[in-house]
Amino acid sequence: MKVSTFKTAGKFSLLVLSLLVAALMLVGCSGEEKKEAAEKAAPAAPEKITLKLAMDADPVSLDPQVQLSGGMLQFSHMVFDPLVRYDKDMNFVPRLAESWERVDDLTMRFHLRKGVKFHSGNDFTAKDVVFTLDRLKKSDDFKGLFEPFSGAVAVDDYTVDLVTKKPYGLVLNMATYVFPMDSQFYTGTDDKGKAKDLILKTDYSFANENESGTGPFVVTSREQGVKTVFTRFKDYWDKDTGNIEEIVLSPIKNDATRTAALMSGDVDFVMPVPPQDLDRIKSTDGLQLVTMSGSRIITFQLNGKRNPAFADPKVRLAMAYAYDNQGVVEKIMNGFATAAGQMSPKGYVGHVDSLVPRFDLDKAKSLMAESGFPNGFEATMIAPNNRYVNDEKIAEAFVSMMSKLGIKISLKTMPKAQYWDQFDAQVADIQMIGWHSDTEDSGNFFEFLSMCRNAETGYGQYNSGNYCNAKVDELTLAAQTETDPAKRAADLQEAEQIQYDEAGFIPLHWQNLSWASKSNMNTEDIVNVMNFPYFGDLVIK
Amino acid sequence: MFAFTVKRVLQAVIVMLIISFIGFAIKHNFGDPVRDLVGQRVTAAERAQIRERLGLNDPFPVQYVRFLRDALHGNLGQSYFFKKPATEVIVKKAPATLELVFCAALIIVVLSVPLGIYSAIRPKSLFSKIVMGGSIVGVSMPVFLTAILLIYIFSVELHWLPSYGRGQTVLLFGWWDSGLLTADGLKHLIMPSIALSSIMLPLFIRLIRSEMMEVLESEYVKFAWAKGIKPWRVWLVHAFKNTLLPVITVGGVQLGIMVAFTILTETVFQWQGMGSMFIESVERSDTSLMVAYLVFVGIVFVLVNTLVDIIYGLVNPTVRVAGRQ
Repeated sequence: MKVSTFKTAGKFSLLVLSLLVAALMLVGCSGEEKKEAAEKAAPAAPEKITLKLAMDADPVSLDPQVQLSGGMLQFSHMVFDPLVRYDKDMNFVPRLAESWERVDDLTMRFHLRKGVKFHSGNDFTAKDVVFTLDRLKKSDDFKGLFEPFSGAVAVDDYTVDLVTKKPYGLVLNMATYVFPMDSQFYTGTDDKGKAKDLILKTDYSFANENESGTGPFVVTSREQGVKTVFTRFKDYWDKDTGNIEEIVLSPIKNDATRTAALMSGDVDFVMPVPPQDLDRIKSTDGLQLVTMSGSRIITFQLNGKRNPAFADPKVRLAMAYAYDNQGVVEKIMNGFATAAGQMSPKGYVGHVDSLVPRFDLDKAKSLMAESGFPNGFEATMIAPNNRYVNDEKIAEAFVSMMSKLGIKISLKTMPKAQYWDQFDAQVADIQMIGWHSDTEDSGNFFEFLSMCRNAETGYGQYNSGNYCNAKVDELTLAAQTETDPAKRAADLQEAEQIQYDEAGFIPLHWQNLSWASKSNMNTEDIVNVMNFPYFGDLVIK
Repeated sequence: MFAFTVKRVLQAVIVMLIISFIGFAIKHNFGDPVRDLVGQRVTAAERAQIRERLGLNDPFPVQYVRFLRDALHGNLGQSYFFKKPATEVIVKKAPATLELVFCAALIIVVLSVPLGIYSAIRPKSLFSKIVMGGSIVGVSMPVFLTAILLIYIFSVELHWLPSYGRGQTVLLFGWWDSGLLTADGLKHLIMPSIALSSIMLPLFIRLIRSEMMEVLESEYVKFAWAKGIKPWRVWLVHAFKNTLLPVITVGGVQLGIMVAFTILTETVFQWQGMGSMFIESVERSDTSLMVAYLVFVGIVFVLVNTLVDIIYGLVNPTVRVAGRQ
């Protein structure tokens, strides 16, 4: 009996002892590791130039045509290469198309670069462009954009015509979306017996997991949501570009962690930069911050069909005068936005310099007194709370500003997962929406946000205010088939002016864009207002 | 014993049915997953078509029965975002979470036992007071704040530890991605495990301390002292052993809670486990994956609890388990 107690006691103390030792080892280990980390932090000669990149999300697929989103276009510019692309001033510069000319009203001819190879080793020719355009017209997301096109016609191996159904002024804008895919690589069936050119959003498809583009980088490993490795394509046609040999992309969703990763040196480049960390990064040695006024407009739409008060133009104008754009930009957006008086940002053809924000409370009050609702009224409003930068705070500020006119607004905010159904159903009198023109052209704003709603044609699809002006419709439609840039610009500017005069909606601001990186690279040269950094051109000194 | 086991398994099945029903009801009212799958230009009609293809337009009972039928075949649906079966996605993410929970549990055990014992034996010493004071701070500090503080101190200021992710991992048995076997992986584990353990550790110190103090007051300990047994034997062998039983019981329950806390920890550290996967699936309205995760975690909990109950009954016949006469 005594012996057995002793034995258990012995075992037990042994257990405690070993636990203690384990604890000590843990402490010891971490101490050693710290030393290692310190050694690593010292500059060791890197074998190859790697860019560690952190974004708030990663591409959803390797198929450039499966989804039209900022993330996918950023990916496309790394792995594929467009026919033409924008430079920093929004001019078109040649990429896979060396030059282009208008043959007639319907046809634009592109002369393609020779000697370009796909990642698979195949040669790039006109038939790949034809294949790509055909596939774009089958993609749920892109077919709307390419609806005006009847197709592409190969004239010879290195000449291709893009043909439109009607005269169309945005052929070059659309050519920035044509990222030629390797027709040979994507033709046939894969080992699961499915067609390789299948476009699938929610299931396995060959194109979702394999790629062959002409771009500067090849995807060499990918774990969705965790890490994607891009390796420089040896046979890339453009030798006169950056020196990055490898990009390791990690999505870091949490804002604070993304900033911390840059500041601790774990990553070299982050986008976007959370607004609250801008000053911190600016003031840190060895880091650089690049910001730019963006082209996403945030607006409130006022539904005159639901609430009779909003059918009165004087009320709408009064509200536009009562909203302090600049104040919100400074106080809520930390100065990280550009106050807007119209939809088109600077640089777009429809932009009119004189249409500036018009904050004037006295004017607003007198307009209100002249309107049919001198004593104010009640209204409902919805806004998302996780879609746009500070969306909820902006909506709250709007409510308090309108209360000065006697307009009592009951606001409801919700996550974007629930918001869009409510937005479509027009459940409230005032609804918030932000919009980025995917054609980088003013016409797109009007088509979706301010043309009269028409379920058949799809015009005014996101016009939840039901603003409707026949002249705006007419001008927008005219611009669609206008190929003379000057005439198009005049039409679109006139439409912008009409909306301003009638206060068809309340424009708030354009969200700014931001990128931060270590200071030994030419970050400023590779970023642009569309937010597609051209990583192929990045140089690390 | 057999009747008891059958009863427990039946209970488990009912619990699973309820979990799946609730999960599915949430999914049905959660929002439109198609919104996150398409660009802004895609028309309402085309979106409706996609929803139709995904079977999202069917009435709730039809979808639920289809879900149950598939679930019986081990298919918990398709993750829209990952474009893969949801179970595959979850199983791929499970090792990261489990390793994190394991390391946090290890920290808790290694630290709470000596600290708890010491502060029970010497409740009036300065060190005990510091430990107790510190544990109040630990309990009241939210996990994400602890995590951010750790990152700023050890990554941003001192450059000692990596700020995010799992680092280098090694593939074991063909599917278990382990970060425990590489120096880089271990380095990445330190801060997340500390953050995750920060809530539970003070609780355990306090639990062990109070249990231990109670035991130290008991008759048999007094008797042991009277017999002149050496102090360390009284403390460790006589007293601490009897402190353990309630601690283990509570520990089992807390382990489950810890899995839930990984959601915050994983989000801050961009730790690629099930927690951050779940949060992201909510944000993307990847509703299938969301439900699959709820059901999956439900299964794990129910299994563990059932197993614990059965083992408990087997090991210690004097413990009366609910449902066992």
